[in-house]
Amino acid sequence: MSSKVTATLLGLLALTFYSAMGMAAADPYQLNFQEPQSIIAKETYDQHITAMWICVAIFVVVFGAMLYSLIYHRKSVGYKAANFHHSTTVEIIWTIIPFFILIGVAYPATKTIIAMKDTSNPDITVKVTGYQWQWGYDYLVGEGSGISFMSKTITPLAQIYNKEPKGEHYLLEVDKPLVVPIGKKVRVLITANDVLHGWWVPAFAVKQDAIPGFIRDAWFTADKVGTYRGSCVELCGKDHAFMPIVVEVMEPEKYAQWVAEQKAGSAETTVDVSKVFTMDELKVQGEKVYASNCVACHQANGKGIPGVFAALDGSKIANGPIEEHIGMVLNGKTNTAMAAYKHLSDVDLASVVTYKRNAWGNTQGDLIQPSEINRFRK
Amino acid sequence: MAAVHDDHGHAHGHDHGHDEHEHHGPPSGFMRWATTTNHKDIGTMYLWFSFTMFLTGGVMALMIRAELFQPGMQLVEPEFFNQLTSMHGLIMVFGAIMPAFVGFANWQVPLMIGAPDMAFARMNNWSFWLLPPAALLLMGSFLAPGGAPAGGWTFYPPLSVQMGMGMDMMIFAVHILGASSIMGSINIITTIINMRAPGMSLMKMPLFVWTWLITAYLLVLVMPVLAGTVTMLLTDRHFGTSFFNAAGGGDPVMFQHIFWFFGHPEVYIMILPAFGIVSEIIPTFARKPLFGYSSMVYATASIAILSCIVWAHHMFTVGMPATAQLFFMYATMLIAIPTGVKVFNWTATMWRGSMTFETPMLFSIGFIFLFTIGGFSGVICALVPVDIQVQETYYVIAHFHYVLVSGALFGIFGGTYYWLPKWTGHMYDESLGKLHFWMSFLFFNVTFFVQHFLGLAGMPRRVPDYALQFADFNMISSIGAFGFGFSQLIFLYVIVKCIRGGEKAPSKPWEGSTTLEWELPSPLPYHTWATPPVVK
Repeated sequence: MSSKVTATLLGLLALTFYSAMGMAAADPYQLNFQEPQSIIAKETYDQHITAMWICVAIFVVVFGAMLYSLIYHRKSVGYKAANFHHSTTVEIIWTIIPFFILIGVAYPATKTIIAMKDTSNPDITVKVTGYQWQWGYDYLVGEGSGISFMSKTITPLAQIYNKEPKGEHYLLEVDKPLVVPIGKKVRVLITANDVLHGWWVPAFAVKQDAIPGFIRDAWFTADKVGTYRGSCVELCGKDHAFMPIVVEVMEPEKYAQWVAEQKAGSAETTVDVSKVFTMDELKVQGEKVYASNCVACHQANGKGIPGVFAALDGSKIANGPIEEHIGMVLNGKTNTAMAAYKHLSDVDLASVVTYKRNAWGNTQGDLIQPSEINRFRK
Repeated sequence: MAAVHDDHGHAHGHDHGHDEHEHHGPPSGFMRWATTTNHKDIGTMYLWFSFTMFLTGGVMALMIRAELFQPGMQLVEPEFFNQLTSMHGLIMVFGAIMPAFVGFANWQVPLMIGAPDMAFARMNNWSFWLLPPAALLLMGSFLAPGGAPAGGWTFYPPLSVQMGMGMDMMIFAVHILGASSIMGSINIITTIINMRAPGMSLMKMPLFVWTWLITAYLLVLVMPVLAGTVTMLLTDRHFGTSFFNAAGGGDPVMFQHIFWFFGHPEVYIMILPAFGIVSEIIPTFARKPLFGYSSMVYATASIAILSCIVWAHHMFTVGMPATAQLFFMYATMLIAIPTGVKVFNWTATMWRGSMTFETPMLFSIGFIFLFTIGGFSGVICALVPVDIQVQETYYVIAHFHYVLVSGALFGIFGGTYYWLPKWTGHMYDESLGKLHFWMSFLFFNVTFFVQHFLGLAGMPRRVPDYALQFADFNMISSIGAFGFGFSQLIFLYVIVKCIRGGEKAPSKPWEGSTTLEWELPSPLPYHTWATPPVVK
């Protein structure tokens, strides 16, 4: 009986698919979503599996019939064509059945959508800001509030340009991951500084566009300690592929310890803004700031990319009045890729401006003290 | 491109057209094509234009796949990669698929409704001749300072506001293409409504004509919306407006709403005529009337209407209220019903037919089989929670290539083989046609099926480089892409060969065909249906 054969084949197919599912995240033959680590991600995973199998079933029925027809109803085997051309009953049946199937898959999805949108009563609230091309995290409410840092890729260019072997977490590694405690409801407020970005952590099924000038929110509660990796998912320009997201989930005690370290660390590194810096101090610090914020567009040699990103070496701004230079870095330039860098500290701003005026062929010889930056902030 | 064909077309006009209305013959040389108002000539130019753009966009696709063959940056820089992905999309949508269907409409609509030509013959010439300058503007943007637009084919602001002059060139190209589409559509609507042969009521029209009538209405509805949104982008870029700039009181998300209000119907603009072509081919080669003609018409109309109220399913991750997500999810899922009806009807048409499998039939069966896979992944994408996971990943890339390549493009291939004997007067090389089908079918799946897995596992789209876990599937996909690309040269060869000569085609080369064009001689005389046929 052919139905038995079909059933066996289907079963085998199902086994092959299932055995390939739920493998480790870095498996090169992974066929399905990453292993879900939050309630929403689990529901999403299940809904996808259900919907996929319903589709497979319909596919087998419809194309089974078509295949039968292709084999037996052909002219070469002498089959004479029938002449029927409609059947109201059949047509009504195959309009109504899909309707009920759709209701069946829409119902659980509706419940998940409503749950996804419930960002009330979070334990921790973190603001996530997309920049070209890194992420900023500000812990606003809950344990850890006040912690604030930037998070950017640490995959070296040498690996990207195939000059060194690629590491295990190639393109999915950052200097400072977002750290959250296990089992706590984390609300993320997502926005952007320049263009659209998209914040995505597949294991938590959180994906939200980061929109400049608007704040959107999403939430997740991590079920398991571990490191979860994602990427920017909204095209944001040249280095869209190089701004990963890493979330580190910790036990509550370890999280408390991390919070304490961060607070102590930031107290230690807080520099006295009123201090008078030397040119060399500013240039050394400025080179670092340049390397993490400016180099992607303006390039290490300050030449930019002709036609796309302006050169700084020999530029009018870097060799003109320092006030205009500071204004450009602070506020950016409308309708260009030059974003505002207001979010940098006074020390970083002063040092990077000083560096640019005294690097490559630029020899302005002037400098600006961090204590003076504040008067340029609007 | 047109020039290559000019000579052949002209030569064959002389070789085979002696007995047919020679006194109405066209002027010769370039002026024939520049000044022609003949729907057949214009149809031919549309098709060659489309094929040229298809190869151009295809070369870009191969450059993309070559870069993605291995992780790491090898051949192009990220900013050029972004230009390639953006231009590949724009060229394929506006340069290849849409003009190809207009080419089919030009050739076939008058023939199939018994009309002597299109309603507005001079405007028809103008609609076509707007395309080459638009294509030059679009391609020329590669030479502009800053290069071609690199914000994706959807050119979302604020990124598209940051771009250089290339973006402005693209905006003007879109304006021109839009004007061409609107004129073409008005022409098609007027022709179909007013110029049908006596006795051909609307519900007796061939399904291809029906699908184009509905498509033309969609075009007239949404192309002005696209023109509006690119104009708003232009004024944001240069004239200090803030439609899409939050700092000035605007909203970047508004762009996406307006864009997709055009963009979703656009998807159906690219697939409905293919539905029409397949609905002509399947009954012909099954030697059996189309099953459920009237439900096919109603399903096409339902799809078109629904397509106008589902746009925000492209934007489930922008953060809209739950009620909006629910509305757009339900509306999107509803489209599965009329689409399902179509697939069931095609299957029922084949059922108990007496089928043969010439190339047009192979492409049509391939179309149904693969388009349905794209339809299924579409239903899966309609589920908001799942869509949020797969949005902006390779899953979506796989999904829309299943509907646009194995859907729209296979429909175009099938239609070309189906009508080529009528157009050229020669039979095409059947074995090469079949080879073209099987190569395309195989390599298409090698290219795009694995992309479902890449997307599910988490590979974002529009990236020139990716994490190591995605390496193997990307390599497979790239191999498939090159296979698919080179298979299209078979198509070019078959067509050129068929134009130049070959077995003479009878007026009705397909046993089961029933529509009016098969009552005319092959090759077609320059003017047809000067006296309309009477349809009973």
